[in-house]
Amino acid sequence: MQRMAGSSFPEEVLEHVFSFIQDGKDRNVISMVCKSWYEIERWSRRRVFVGNCYAISPRMLIRRFPEVRSVELKGKPHFADFNLVPEGWGGYVGPWIAAMAVAYPWLEEIRLKRMVVTDEGLELISKSFKNFKVLVLSTCEGFSTEGLAAIAANCRNLRELDLRESDVEDQSGHWLSHFPDNYTSLVSLNISCLGSEVSFSALERLVGRCPNLRTLRLNRAVPLDRLANLLRRAPQLVELGTGVYASELRPDVFSNLSGAFSGCKELRGLSGFWDVVPGYLPAVYPICSRLTSLNLSYATIQSPDLIKLVSQCQNLQRLWVLDYIEDAGLDVLAASCKDLQELRVFPSDPYEAEPNVSLSEQGLVSVSAGCPKLESVLYFCRQMSNAALRTIARNRPNMTRFRLCIIEPRTPDYVTLQPLDAGFGAIVEHCKDLQRLSLSGLLTDRVFEYIGTFAKKLEMLSVAFAGESDLGLHHILSGCENLRKLEIRDCPFGDKALLANAAKLETMRSLWMSSCSVSYGACKLLGQKLPRLNVEVIDERGHPNSRPESCPVEKLYIYRTVAGPRFDMPNFVWTMDEDSELRLS
Amino acid sequence: MSPPLLSAEEGEQSNVSLVPSSPNMDCISQSGSGLKERNYMGLSDCSSVDSSPVSSLSEGKKNNLNLKATELRLGLPGSQSPDRIPELCLLNTGKLDEKPLFPLLPSKEGICSSSQKNVVSGNKRGFSDTVDGFSEVKSSVYTAGNWMYHAVSDSESPQSVGQGKFPGSSGMNVVLSSRPSGAQSPIMKELPTKVMQECPRATNGTSHSNNTDTNGNSSAPAPKAQVVGWPPIRSFRKNSLATTSKNNDEVDGKPGPGALFVKVSMDGAPYLRKVDLRTYSKYQELSTALEKMFSCFTIGQCGSQGTPGREMLSESKLRDLLHGSEYVLTYEDKDGDWMLVGDVPWEMFIDSCKRLKIMKGSDAIGLAPRAMEKSRNRN
Repeated sequence: MQRMAGSSFPEEVLEHVFSFIQDGKDRNVISMVCKSWYEIERWSRRRVFVGNCYAISPRMLIRRFPEVRSVELKGKPHFADFNLVPEGWGGYVGPWIAAMAVAYPWLEEIRLKRMVVTDEGLELISKSFKNFKVLVLSTCEGFSTEGLAAIAANCRNLRELDLRESDVEDQSGHWLSHFPDNYTSLVSLNISCLGSEVSFSALERLVGRCPNLRTLRLNRAVPLDRLANLLRRAPQLVELGTGVYASELRPDVFSNLSGAFSGCKELRGLSGFWDVVPGYLPAVYPICSRLTSLNLSYATIQSPDLIKLVSQCQNLQRLWVLDYIEDAGLDVLAASCKDLQELRVFPSDPYEAEPNVSLSEQGLVSVSAGCPKLESVLYFCRQMSNAALRTIARNRPNMTRFRLCIIEPRTPDYVTLQPLDAGFGAIVEHCKDLQRLSLSGLLTDRVFEYIGTFAKKLEMLSVAFAGESDLGLHHILSGCENLRKLEIRDCPFGDKALLANAAKLETMRSLWMSSCSVSYGACKLLGQKLPRLNVEVIDERGHPNSRPESCPVEKLYIYRTVAGPRFDMPNFVWTMDEDSELRLS
Repeated sequence: MSPPLLSAEEGEQSNVSLVPSSPNMDCISQSGSGLKERNYMGLSDCSSVDSSPVSSLSEGKKNNLNLKATELRLGLPGSQSPDRIPELCLLNTGKLDEKPLFPLLPSKEGICSSSQKNVVSGNKRGFSDTVDGFSEVKSSVYTAGNWMYHAVSDSESPQSVGQGKFPGSSGMNVVLSSRPSGAQSPIMKELPTKVMQECPRATNGTSHSNNTDTNGNSSAPAPKAQVVGWPPIRSFRKNSLATTSKNNDEVDGKPGPGALFVKVSMDGAPYLRKVDLRTYSKYQELSTALEKMFSCFTIGQCGSQGTPGREMLSESKLRDLLHGSEYVLTYEDKDGDWMLVGDVPWEMFIDSCKRLKIMKGSDAIGLAPRAMEKSRNRN
């Protein structure tokens, strides 16, 4: 047999070639070419992304990829962000850290999302990995400032410490002082989620001695009059998150601050702005034209002040803002910021029935018309119409992420009182590259028919209070070829569509259904017939065996896995599998 | 054994009657009307969907029952589906109509059988070739809008069978005999009116929604009950906004925004829980909810052999446990001090409570005097 040309390449050459390919999907493809490529690839893989920490076990990961330097793990389902996943569900990173501490002594980066991390885990990280550089804990919980102190004290090569939106138990602000005096390698620090004060002097010294610091996100407790000092110590900053942006209006403080901002020639992104006093906003005017990212979503300032600010940010690519901006402000945005790619408008008062601001669908329509690069939208509002959605869709066929939240569930088109099926249908029809979609408003099964027909690139879909029958769910599961994550709450979807499309579930990362109508019997069936899925029933009313089999389960989380059922579940979660009939508890 | 009374399984799955929230009922009623008239290919009858969100419950229920006929069923030998017992259905109005809505169509038989043969050989696990009665329906079947009809056909097959599998499942009989008076049957338990007191957590997404009618039609003058996790805003943002608005407008008198989740720990429990203090309006409600939430641990503690959660062991016994001073409820206030729950007015309590802890009575000695002193100092 003639030898294939590929197999005569020495391994070193192949390895060198592979080193140019970083993307995980590409590397997966490479590894399937032939056995020798598989071997070379797996020994040279340095970065791994595990979208569901229960899809694979640490041991399996380590066995296949022995030389990893960077790991990213995700734990709880997305709806955990909205308190739909009870505490104690899982997502513990402990076993991963323990395994990696032994297997990956040269590990440099750990990125976690929605996982439970303990102080012991953090301490183990700090002591096990001599070259540890990056720790990102996104929406994590379970640890305190003690764990952070261990990281600060022991990770001599730390570059990045990012605690974005994690729930940290604040025990003291002194953890920051644990960074040794000769530690200078900090590049990125995000402590915006911390509730209590950190030691300001320690912070100032730290900032002052780290010349490579690019990102600094302070927490609310850092007062405004400290900000100028910090900025002067780090004029090379690229991204800044202020602390509380309020103080008595004093000209000396203002000019100090303004001067400090002007000195930051590299500053491209701003965030923070808690409790904004509008009088201090002009301090940032000098740098507005350079800004590409602006997060004002905690800034409770009114439309006129927002307009003054935003109209100066001609290079803005990303804006997060509260609905105080109103339609008028969004009109200005549409006129001023032609490079805008991402817009998120959050509700200032979401629990009131009556709108408190003059923000409607119009604002979004304006921005969709005026900003040709707009591709990512998260928009909370109180009214929407099919006509508006159609217009948005036609304006922006390049939309890739569209999340609309009409605050009141099942709100119809406010003009015609019809469901919003046609509007969302237009979105999926025109925006052919749509990857992520969140629905709201009054929706029948028809919208799912549209989605199944048109949304061929859709990867993640969030559905709430929508649909009428299993047909809706069937349309999604049978039509959306690239669907990876589906999360559903309070929809009348039951067993039929799930069971009829059971095989589809193995092609997705996960499915979440809560307050729907999937019966315990159907869950058991799925679990028994599809061993490569974990079918988890979450029900706080006690074991489902104590209710009829047709009784719907409260919550259902199905995900594909090669690791089999997990064993770290609390007593209100059960995995359905072949043994579920036998195991009663 | 008589079939368990609570077995309102047939058709209950998709009719959502077990889920109490009226919005779901709305959906069902709409689907009910849709079942009569829907043309899946044509776009004409878009208006078959009623915009009127508030539907009569009886109508919804009636349509629900008709969906019984559309159930896909697992074929098991020798079981028949027992008739539904109307009285125990959640929203039954006595108008029971179990006839399927649509007559049998000859075409659907063909569909049924052909789809059952349609084991897609390419599939690794063609679901249909492993399970009787379920069919992996090809998309072509669905385009003609026959899906519902197809499903109906299953009910005619001799395999139609109660999903209850009563003979096989011993769990249910146990439930019936030993269900304590306190805890309701799952169906009854989810009556919206009862839910708030009984199991605020258990009916997470649905318990509150009976007030949040669509179109904001809630005529209740009281503050709108909130649906858990809706609108979808992260806790960090919610809490930030809450603090800001509290700073800004405290005189309003309107209810505080959003949820107020605090952690609850219990001595000896392996993990913490979270409760939303705003879902309660007095201490009694909070106490009951916590008892339910942590009952499993307490049961474990007192050495009962029952598997936790299996039977929500008699709550009276549990209450005795908790009130028998074996455990006390404490909280950490804004100053970081641990106080006994119950001394200050409820509003003041939720204003200052940062977290809760269920302590052993012995550990809590010494808290009481401090609490009194503090409230004295405050006033």
